[in-house]
Amino acid sequence: MSDAVKLFKAPIRLEYTIPAGRATSRFCRGLASGRLYGQRCPECKKVNVPPRGACPTCGVPTEEEVLLPDSGTITTFCIINIAFAAQALELPYACASILLDGADSTLFHLIQEVPVAEIRMGMRVRAVWAENKLASLEAIRHFKPTGEPDALASIEGHF
Amino acid sequence: MNRCAVIGIGQTKHAQKRADVSIAGLVREAALAALADAELTFSDIDAVVIGKAPDTFEGVMMPELYLATALGAVGKPMMRVHTAGSVGGSTALVAAHLVQAGVHQRVLTVAFEKQSESEAMWALSPKFPFQPPLLAGAGGYFAPIIRAYMMRSDAPSDVGLQVAVKDRLSALKNPYAHLQMSDITLEMVRNSPMLWDPIRYLETCPSSDGACAMILGDDQAAKRALRPPAWIRGGAMRSEPTMFSGRNLVDPQAGRDCAADLYRQAGITNPRREIDVAEIYVPFSWFEPMWLENLGFAERNQGWRLTMDGTTALNGDLPINPSGGVMATNPIGASGMLRFAEAALQVRGLAGDHQIDGARIAMGHAFGGGSQFFAMWIVGSEPN
Repeated sequence: MSDAVKLFKAPIRLEYTIPAGRATSRFCRGLASGRLYGQRCPECKKVNVPPRGACPTCGVPTEEEVLLPDSGTITTFCIINIAFAAQALELPYACASILLDGADSTLFHLIQEVPVAEIRMGMRVRAVWAENKLASLEAIRHFKPTGEPDALASIEGHF
Repeated sequence: MNRCAVIGIGQTKHAQKRADVSIAGLVREAALAALADAELTFSDIDAVVIGKAPDTFEGVMMPELYLATALGAVGKPMMRVHTAGSVGGSTALVAAHLVQAGVHQRVLTVAFEKQSESEAMWALSPKFPFQPPLLAGAGGYFAPIIRAYMMRSDAPSDVGLQVAVKDRLSALKNPYAHLQMSDITLEMVRNSPMLWDPIRYLETCPSSDGACAMILGDDQAAKRALRPPAWIRGGAMRSEPTMFSGRNLVDPQAGRDCAADLYRQAGITNPRREIDVAEIYVPFSWFEPMWLENLGFAERNQGWRLTMDGTTALNGDLPINPSGGVMATNPIGASGMLRFAEAALQVRGLAGDHQIDGARIAMGHAFGGGSQFFAMWIVGSEPN
């Protein structure tokens, strides 16, 4: 069957318009002005960031907004060395779960301005903001080390 | 609840690319093998329950719509289940529920993935709204979790190498397994490229084309079966949110809850002693010790000891993945059902060269998404 038809090309393009919802809209507007907002659950008192408008654990609406600093601690991370389709960044690069100071859930973001081999769990980091801030976590270009001593104790129970 | 048993099992030869068959041909190969094992035909089947992972894995939207003919489902109930990587397990459990509820006498359940038709790494790296484009496949998601386990358990750095070698050597005894690496060594794994640090290339599962099928039957169907049935002694599923404060990704609560429910149903109080063999979903080698803890086979941070002292080896006291597991064969949608089916083969005494002598109680385990979905069953050579 060397003359068999094996492939046809059917390119698909999808364009999405996503209504962000109230909590995400407020979070994104905050990012566009260089601020990070979480929401505190009225029952378990935990601060979730990004906020979802409801506590994923208690299932109750979360109204109280908490302005968070743009500094935090790396809970865990990986270094990506593998090339793949749709890859957007130069290899190798490091992504980390970051526990912002005052938050109880972690954000996932890029770590730069440090050799990947020097990144550690417990490392203190701070956001580096973009000049033109989108209403998205892309308003933060990446996080970079602050140079403070590691804070391993603060990430206990967060991975 | 009525009793339910596995009375027929079939799987395809798994490979990186099964260019000789279409998706329909692939699922039919597994279904016909299961029917042959049960000495039944499509006319004996009351309903078909099929599962697979996301449609982007083949680029075919809702493939189940065109598979009814290949699976003898025309004129019968047919439904699809989807719970990401755990789907093979969930699909088998949904099929079992139809028998246990007394709705049907014999149900064909099938799970598949034909990953060579698309690119899973691409499919698992979508751009999420309001987020930077950071996703880098399943490895990018699970590598930080493995790093956290390594840190908190203080396990030796070669645990992942040991599992990677053990499972590939076991796969040599399984003629259906995709990877057949007779020359694999710890050094080879250690020297393989660090893809998603701390995960090396040979510490990851392959990407496979393959399908698995089972015939599930009620008491009467099991009595009529010519080969020994595997009795379902318990089955459980659980889920948890993607993100919440204090989420423990190393040892997810949903996995613990699922196992507790499962053991309660099966009357198991000490899984380490009472379970003879387990097929658990290990897509990256370090997940063996992590799941050993989550499933209660070991205390927290101690699971790696069972790997390192040979307990989980083919000739160990608690063999884990004698088929070679996901580390040797990974058609994602079918991977969970393969765990369930391999557990059933063990208690039927039909696992061939990777049979564990005297296996009477076996576990099948699957998880999916970002460790959000869990599906497990316990099968035995005797009913509860």
